[in-house]
Amino acid sequence: MEIKTKANTFIDEICDIPGGEGIRLCIQCGTCTASCPNADKMQHTPAQLIAMARAGMREEVLSSNAMWYCLSCYLCTVRCPRGIKQTGLMHAFEYLAVREGLSYAGTFTPTMYRSFNHFACALGSLPEFGFMTWFYIVSNPFRAWRMIPIAINLLRRGRLSIRARRLTPEATSQLRAILDKAETLGGVS
Amino acid sequence: MRYYTYFPGCSASEGAAKAYNWSARAVSKVLDVELIEMENWNCCGSTPSGAVDELGAYCMAARDLALAEKRGLDMVTPCSACHVIFNRTNTYLNGYPHFMAKVNEALAAGGLEYRGTVRVRHMLDVLTTDVGYDEIADKVKTPLSGLKLAPYYGCQVVRPHFGFDHPESPQSLDKLITTLGGEPTVFPLKARCCGGSLIISEEDVALDLIRKLLDSASSNGAECLVTVCPLCQTNLDAYQSRVNRKFKTSYKLPVLFFTQLIGLAFGIEGKTLGLNTNIVSPKEVLNHIYNPISHMTTH
Repeated sequence: MEIKTKANTFIDEICDIPGGEGIRLCIQCGTCTASCPNADKMQHTPAQLIAMARAGMREEVLSSNAMWYCLSCYLCTVRCPRGIKQTGLMHAFEYLAVREGLSYAGTFTPTMYRSFNHFACALGSLPEFGFMTWFYIVSNPFRAWRMIPIAINLLRRGRLSIRARRLTPEATSQLRAILDKAETLGGVS
Repeated sequence: MRYYTYFPGCSASEGAAKAYNWSARAVSKVLDVELIEMENWNCCGSTPSGAVDELGAYCMAARDLALAEKRGLDMVTPCSACHVIFNRTNTYLNGYPHFMAKVNEALAAGGLEYRGTVRVRHMLDVLTTDVGYDEIADKVKTPLSGLKLAPYYGCQVVRPHFGFDHPESPQSLDKLITTLGGEPTVFPLKARCCGGSLIISEEDVALDLIRKLLDSASSNGAECLVTVCPLCQTNLDAYQSRVNRKFKTSYKLPVLFFTQLIGLAFGIEGKTLGLNTNIVSPKEVLNHIYNPISHMTTH
């Protein structure tokens, strides 16, 4: 008789994501946590997050702030003695959390990522000025105010372009067609 | 002549790191490296896109790779984030045939196909591995004698694994500095994170990481930092005053792109290399390369 527990479903979900299957190999040595520059900012350390995921604690994992403090520095990934792609797991947790609408967790990083993705998809390139202005307005306008000195320094040295780099209309619609199609394919797994 | 498909990335082409693009092109010319910029490339998606919509992000990166594949050349980018994203895309597409099929289904909507054959390289890899230190040394006109430089690699140029250098104790940039006549300083945090894009959403967290890097560099005697990534440069340079204010420090370390440094040693004009775009001015530090007498009198 097949017993389908909560744990099996979440772990299966992760294993279906390319690179996610390594989660089964974790021996809880804690090397990832010890290597992480931001482990102290996380509600759950990287190793705890893996243990929780394997215990089927889907909601707790996806509503943690931990993955949003991942810097994608890949130190954990190169050090893991079991060859787990830890950084990839963090990205998978982020993506699943966004899909579930669980992506605030007390940090504006998810909002920032969404703003970035919005511009990158719509224009095919990332206008740093537009993206950052948009992000500060939707997250915390006070921060936009505080950013002015930095923005002026960058502007004065020609490092802040107001105008975005544009692709040709044909290339933009090609990218759009690809992304529209991707949206119908049901995610990575 | 060596030929490459060139992918400058958003930051180096139109963003805060234009000087990186300019200097990369200028030194490539001297080294007989032909950078053929891809037409109509799109943003690689970087880390944020993958976190929001993983499949969409892979498809964005795959469109660029499919366009590059048509040319059959290695693709080179000066941006560490683009470097890691394209390599990740290659790893997963080639490692999971069903995933490759799915991404190709999306690409087909744009009349494209990707077979997974494009080798994506970082500019540091191409210049130190393909061109090599000897050829670079041959072109040095103004050795950077006496200049103490902290070689800052950051993360995504060497991690997770790209083969051309060690993921935690890289040496290629150290060797390059020596080749140019400069002095690479001891820099224990040379491959540690600058905070990346969290400088935007979690400024305090990133400022703390930047402070540690500046402290490690300056306490080991560096007069200047050398970077290989647009975001590392912006974080260390544009936010240095913020670090000083927050931690009551007084760092004044110019942060140069490694291509600007090569250009200086090749005798290329500062303006061509975009040295005027640096926020912490490198003028004073570079003075003694160009003006050894005034250096001797001021010290």
